[in-house]
Amino acid sequence: MITNPPLMRRILTTDLPALGIVLLAIGPFMWMLMTSFTPQESLAALGVAISPANWSLDNYLRLVSRTSFLGNMGHSLIVAAGTTALGLFVSVTAAYAFSRFRFAGRRVLMLQFLLVNMFPVVLLILPLFVMMRRLGLLDTHAALIIANATVAIPFSVWMLTSYINAIPRSLDEAAMTDGCSRLQALRRVILPLAMPGIISTGIYIFITAWNEYLYALTLGGRNVRTVTVAIQTLIGEYQIEWGLLSAGGVVGALPATLLFLIAQRRLIGGLTQGAVKG
Amino acid sequence: MSFSAALPDQAAPARMWRNRLLPYGLLTPAVLVTVVIVFLPMIEAIVTSLYEFVLFRPNAARFVGLDNYTKLLQDPVFWITLKHTAIWIGLTVPLQMGLGLLAALILNRQFPWRGLARALVIIPWALPSVVIALMWRWIYDANTGVLNEILLRLSIIQSAVPWLADPDKALYAIVVTLTWQGFPFFAVMILAGLQGIPRSRYEAAAIDGASAWRQFRHVTLPGIAGVLATAGLLRIIWVANSIDVIFVMTGGGPGYATQTLPLYAFVKARQNLDFGYGTTIAVMFTLLLGIVVAFYIARTSREVER
Repeated sequence: MITNPPLMRRILTTDLPALGIVLLAIGPFMWMLMTSFTPQESLAALGVAISPANWSLDNYLRLVSRTSFLGNMGHSLIVAAGTTALGLFVSVTAAYAFSRFRFAGRRVLMLQFLLVNMFPVVLLILPLFVMMRRLGLLDTHAALIIANATVAIPFSVWMLTSYINAIPRSLDEAAMTDGCSRLQALRRVILPLAMPGIISTGIYIFITAWNEYLYALTLGGRNVRTVTVAIQTLIGEYQIEWGLLSAGGVVGALPATLLFLIAQRRLIGGLTQGAVKG
Repeated sequence: MSFSAALPDQAAPARMWRNRLLPYGLLTPAVLVTVVIVFLPMIEAIVTSLYEFVLFRPNAARFVGLDNYTKLLQDPVFWITLKHTAIWIGLTVPLQMGLGLLAALILNRQFPWRGLARALVIIPWALPSVVIALMWRWIYDANTGVLNEILLRLSIIQSAVPWLADPDKALYAIVVTLTWQGFPFFAVMILAGLQGIPRSRYEAAAIDGASAWRQFRHVTLPGIAGVLATAGLLRIIWVANSIDVIFVMTGGGPGYATQTLPLYAFVKARQNLDFGYGTTIAVMFTLLLGIVVAFYIARTSREVER
């Protein structure tokens, strides 16, 4: 049997290595956090302030007052929320069909969604740009939502299919014996039960769309500039203001990171399920 | 037979037909949207690659057949970027996997703050690529970057190294960044795999007197082989596709030192507005990546049947 190892040994063989891994993972972000708290003048003269006594919110105040960063956050919010809504809306019924029906072409259609998920961004970004320009959609929220949906839809179809697969079929059958039609069974029985899965898929789409950069850079512009693009514009013309840039990075990363930490247990469960089974 | 029994008989085929068509109806929105926003652009890309097409001279576009492709094969930059892509994937994915495996093995042990440690380790995964790229540019900065400062203090280097400006080091500096960004993904996947290995197997191995190393070789590794293969294939595709970090860190420079194939396509189209040639590079890259994708799809399609 396994006995409890002495505390000292546990600290040496487990806690310290674990601490090392954690520091490796969050160290760079911590460094950026400290940079963002260091006022511009002392950053140039003394370097990053390690001690909280020398910290100030100077960079954050400048970020809010001198740049349009809050407006950029608004654009990111619209794009990410729009992508989530579109992605979930068209995927739920598709996932239900994949989970509950066996029909000709099911395999091909499912693999089609998997394949689409792997298409290189660079292959789609150029024709999408030409298409959006033709339709006059460049520099609109719609353009970014559509571009992000190329990733969001196939992803959520697969995630939701596996969530709905976990709900017993006997529940739909019971609902239908009670007089529900297929669609009523989907709406009244399956949707509420799949809600946790739908929410975590939605959160994942939201995070991905919030963090997206290349489409936002190419299809956005002066009117619609998301956070990820705006952060880059914080780089000054003559010299890089690392303090301001770090503050922008921290604020820009915050919504997605917090959302992720809140939902991480369920998210990871859903994401790893497929890989472990395969 | 009375005709009262014939009524349901007539209604039945109609209902059957409706039930048969229902899954297609349910799939229509998703398939339709995907066709419009993914497959049409893809076809457009293939068509564009057969044209000489510069964005600011749309009227001068002309059909050139496979000329762009022959030009590509004779383009020395194509071969350079292809080599970089191979080095880039060949280093990044194994490093991510190795570090991820190490992290997973440590985080799989028993200690009081395990939940917190697991949550923190995944943070790099949730950060926007732009933030990651800028953060590491700051760390790598030649004059005031923290990496040079640490290495100078430890006397590992004698003078500050311009990590991203030195053509011999820039690609490896970016590989380190990408390794950092991607190892949590492997750690999470492998952790899930480790938890799927029954405890009894370790106990049986321990009874047989297997050392820790032999237990790892003969119980742990076979137990997570499936996860490693799936996650590895997914990561190859993902790393190959990810151009945002390099784009923000170096833009492919200095010279072509950090240019990968997809980045070359993007830069060509974005800076020179040469959409014909840029798309050709993108199509070529997609074909090469298609080999890996085919492996992944073949693996997954076994699962779909269930």
